[in-house]
Amino acid sequence: MPGTSVHVQQLTKRFGATTALEDITFDVGKGELFGFIGPDGAGKTTLLRILTTLLLADTGRCTVEGFDVVKDYRRIRSISGYMPGKFSLYQDLTVEENLKFFATIFGTTISENYHLVREIYQQIEPFKNRKAGKLSGGMKQKLALSCAMIHKPDVLFLDEPTTGVDAVSRLEFWEMLQRLKAAGITILVSTPYMDEASQCDRVALMQNGRIMTISTPREVIRNYPLSLLSVKAGDIYQLLGELRKYPGVHSVYAFGQSAHVAFQKTKLDKDTLSGFLKKNNHAVVEIEPIEATIEDCFMELMNTPRE
Amino acid sequence: MRTILYIIQKEFLQVFRNKSMLPIIFFVPIFQLIILVNAATYEMKHIRVSVVDLDLSGISRKLVSKFQGSPFYRIQSTSFSYREAEDQMKRGNIDMILQVPAGFEKKLLKEGHAKVQFVINAINGQSAGLINAYSTMILLDYNREMVMENTTPLMMAGIKSIQTDYSYWYNPKLNYKTYMVPGILVLLVTIVGLLLSGMNIVREMEIGTIEQINVTPINKIQFIAGKLIPFWIIGLFELAFGLTVGKLLFNIPMEGSLALIFLSAAVYLFVILSFGLLISTITHTQQQAMLVSFFFMVVFILMSGLFTSIESMPVWAQNLDRLNPVMYFIRIMRMVLLKGSGFADISRHFWALVIYAVCSLSLAILRYRKVS
Repeated sequence: MPGTSVHVQQLTKRFGATTALEDITFDVGKGELFGFIGPDGAGKTTLLRILTTLLLADTGRCTVEGFDVVKDYRRIRSISGYMPGKFSLYQDLTVEENLKFFATIFGTTISENYHLVREIYQQIEPFKNRKAGKLSGGMKQKLALSCAMIHKPDVLFLDEPTTGVDAVSRLEFWEMLQRLKAAGITILVSTPYMDEASQCDRVALMQNGRIMTISTPREVIRNYPLSLLSVKAGDIYQLLGELRKYPGVHSVYAFGQSAHVAFQKTKLDKDTLSGFLKKNNHAVVEIEPIEATIEDCFMELMNTPRE
Repeated sequence: MRTILYIIQKEFLQVFRNKSMLPIIFFVPIFQLIILVNAATYEMKHIRVSVVDLDLSGISRKLVSKFQGSPFYRIQSTSFSYREAEDQMKRGNIDMILQVPAGFEKKLLKEGHAKVQFVINAINGQSAGLINAYSTMILLDYNREMVMENTTPLMMAGIKSIQTDYSYWYNPKLNYKTYMVPGILVLLVTIVGLLLSGMNIVREMEIGTIEQINVTPINKIQFIAGKLIPFWIIGLFELAFGLTVGKLLFNIPMEGSLALIFLSAAVYLFVILSFGLLISTITHTQQQAMLVSFFFMVVFILMSGLFTSIESMPVWAQNLDRLNPVMYFIRIMRMVLLKGSGFADISRHFWALVIYAVCSLSLAILRYRKVS
């Protein structure tokens, strides 16, 4: 990796009695696409707000491209782009006026950096005279990304950019991020969607203000210590209850229409379990071994007591 | 500089795109001027009188007709029972009872003096005072006529009478409209300045756009300048518009220099705008900002001398009023517009506003934080 872009060391932030972030330490390399994954309240937004100099940490040190977030906050503001989780462009200005406004206050023009946002902006350009408030969710995201990109930032901070956006737009959005990454921009993105983890170079799984693990998505899955069976049955609620009581089962979670049963290889296998379910008159539709997903890993990490 | 200009441009774009904004800028001044100036008058007209004339003599009838002839009075009812008249007053149908006791004429002619009674509804002390003053004037006039009629020229020579003639300066016709218009214009500029500026910044916080602005290299001064200057311009425009309406509709006098008016307004608006900015730093929603602004506005305006005279306030309130920017500007407006005062005459009020502007603006800038 050609050097560090974002460096965070032993960061802590409290809001009154609640600890939003505790002892966060990580590095993001230049040109990396780094994801923060975790449920609401994990501390993702707080972390991004500290990195974008909007919030001061209690203790710890952060640098972005070598600049300290407290001392050199001005420099950071001109080299980073930020897209908050809540749409925060001017709803009463048009698409073009918004983009022009942000270009101007960063001391640049649309034409100067048009090549950077072209692919994204072209999709919303037909609506450039429409007010930003009247755009659809997906188009708003594209506009927000364009505005965060128009001054050619070195680092891009995106707070839950795909929340509230339809599946197709989400996919498109990630494709855009991949292209920006290819252009050499460091991207830090937070998301509550586990399935988006695989798009990142590395992910940090966060829970209750702590980072549980940082590694590549593939490695996270490889480190999953258990075996998994996916069980589909008629009455999933009853199924979950009975599976949890069955000896040898480590944990059971509902994943859409099916239940994921985690167990240690030595203690259980598919045939025993399906035999048990048949005996209990469960109309088992399907039972098959599966690969762990990031979500399974997340659930497992959440349950592992911290040393 | 270019950044500030661009923020101002954006601000204007938003102001004029806001559909409720143009009516506020153009109709509010006209409405306020027409309604308030015509309604908020101190003149007493149509004082409703109930006459209880128990004498029913030529002299007493003359007194009653004296009241009847005045444009300020309207004889609402006549009765022979004081109680009946009092009931009328309790019901709020009349403002004053004029009672002439029985034997009034006889007593006056025989003894040379007699008494009549005014009973005035004094729920509103100010108007009761005025009614009393008007009535006493009429009675004095009546007295003089009576003396003239009932004395011989020879006796007249012995009576030295002092006559008072009035001449009202700066407002010869005692026209309350010319007195009210300058004050109402101050009210207008204050509302526009305080509400619009404070609300505007809080609105950016509320909808989250401030977040996006804060991560840009715009610095505090640029942001504040970009936010205040548009409303400063709108405020001055409001004043110009209001003065035009006042001239056209009420033909208010403009004795002094308009340049002086606008110079003072420019300083005054900085005071008001920084107040708005200060309010926006201590509130988080537009609703809170609105309530806090209203609190200040009501206190400032009621103590500004717009409706009641400052000189009649208790001393502690007069001292407190030195902190009231609205008071200074209303004085300047009235002095310059009605009296034609020059800079030297208003300099004390003007410098007070300058000091106020410097203090409140620096306080607001210090208080405003981009980082939470």
